[in-house]
Amino acid sequence: MASETLTSSEYIKHHLQNLTCGIQEGHVHCAHDAAEAKALGFWALNVDTFLVSLILGAVFLYFFHRAAKNASAGIPGTLQNFVEWIIEFIDTSVRGSFTAKNDMVAPLALTVFAWVFLMNLMDLIPIDFGPQFVEAMGVSHFKFVPSTDPNATFGMSLSVFALVLYYSFKMKGAGGFFAELAFQPFPKFLLPVNLLLEGVNLIAKPISLALRLFGNMYAGEMIFILIALMGGAWATASLGNVTLFGSQILLSLGWGIFHILIVTLQAFIFMTLTIVYLDMAHQEHH
Amino acid sequence: MNINATLLAQAIMFAAFVWFCMKFVWPPIVGALATRQKQIADGLAAADRGKHELELSAKKAAQELHAAKEKASEIIALAEKRASDIVEEAKGAAKVEGDRIITGAKAEIEQEVNRAKEGLRQQVAELAVAGAEKILRREIDAKAHGEMLAAIASEL
Repeated sequence: MASETLTSSEYIKHHLQNLTCGIQEGHVHCAHDAAEAKALGFWALNVDTFLVSLILGAVFLYFFHRAAKNASAGIPGTLQNFVEWIIEFIDTSVRGSFTAKNDMVAPLALTVFAWVFLMNLMDLIPIDFGPQFVEAMGVSHFKFVPSTDPNATFGMSLSVFALVLYYSFKMKGAGGFFAELAFQPFPKFLLPVNLLLEGVNLIAKPISLALRLFGNMYAGEMIFILIALMGGAWATASLGNVTLFGSQILLSLGWGIFHILIVTLQAFIFMTLTIVYLDMAHQEHH
Repeated sequence: MNINATLLAQAIMFAAFVWFCMKFVWPPIVGALATRQKQIADGLAAADRGKHELELSAKKAAQELHAAKEKASEIIALAEKRASDIVEEAKGAAKVEGDRIITGAKAEIEQEVNRAKEGLRQQVAELAVAGAEKILRREIDAKAHGEMLAAIASEL
């Protein structure tokens, strides 16, 4: 719980506010609430999302690159073992779902899985540690879980969508891609209906991909915040407050353990759907 | 839900990460995995081959041993046969030689007997003539009786 002066709603708002910075009237300005963030317009950057995801991506690539540089066919070390385990897992998933030949898909899947997993994993850091830490350094608010920012999830899902469109055009040609959208599932004379159905189907892919991850992580974080609110008044000792404090610890533990599953599962789902969408883009016919 | 330029930044970052992963992380590790897989497969195949070869050579060694034993007993049998042959031959040769020596000796003996007989006959004739000479020197014409005695001596 942050300072005593905050009400519950202020506490929640504070925790859900990104550190959005943009250039306003010639100098850098960081928003303090949602309205200010909106006022910065499109050309603003969520510094917290950007930094955390950059660091996490760099950490992932650093360790994997180190393992790759020292990779040998001989007896693997601890790091190489771990990296090989992950890579074999990704490779099996890609082989299982992706039938065409494309050397980019497996590394893409690995990046998606590792990056999303690490971003989600930030959710397991106790909810007040991050904000308190940056507050001590003079930063008003900071969200430590990039995947609770739709910018991060949409950034990935739209990139995947761009790849889906690119490979659809490349593999099927413009005509083939159009035919896939227009001439099925109904006969040709119902072309508008087909276009509408398949168009929605196509558009839904990146949106659902991004919103599924965002929604899960956002909801998970929200529950962590609500649990954190329970024991908020523990400073004044009374039987009820002690019970609340105890429940907060137990519930945090329970939800945290359950969240380990969600963290991994959402990373896996994002990766699998990426592979499946790209596989569909590579298929000549349905 | 505040969409802003972070979206673009994240997309660019994502692309950069994927590019890096594709260029520097994935290929060496997958390559090492494939190499190790191949090495293990080769090793197993070599072990199998070695085992097979061991079986084959054991079988071959047994065969060779058997053949060698057979050959040895054959050689021994041959040698025994040859030895008995040599003994037989030697026996035969000795017998022939013995016979030859015996025949030679017999012939010599006969010759010696004949010679002795001849000598004896001569001496008997001389003795008879000398005896008769002594007898007839006084009585009869030595010439007529000598002819008669020579005829008798030739009849002996």
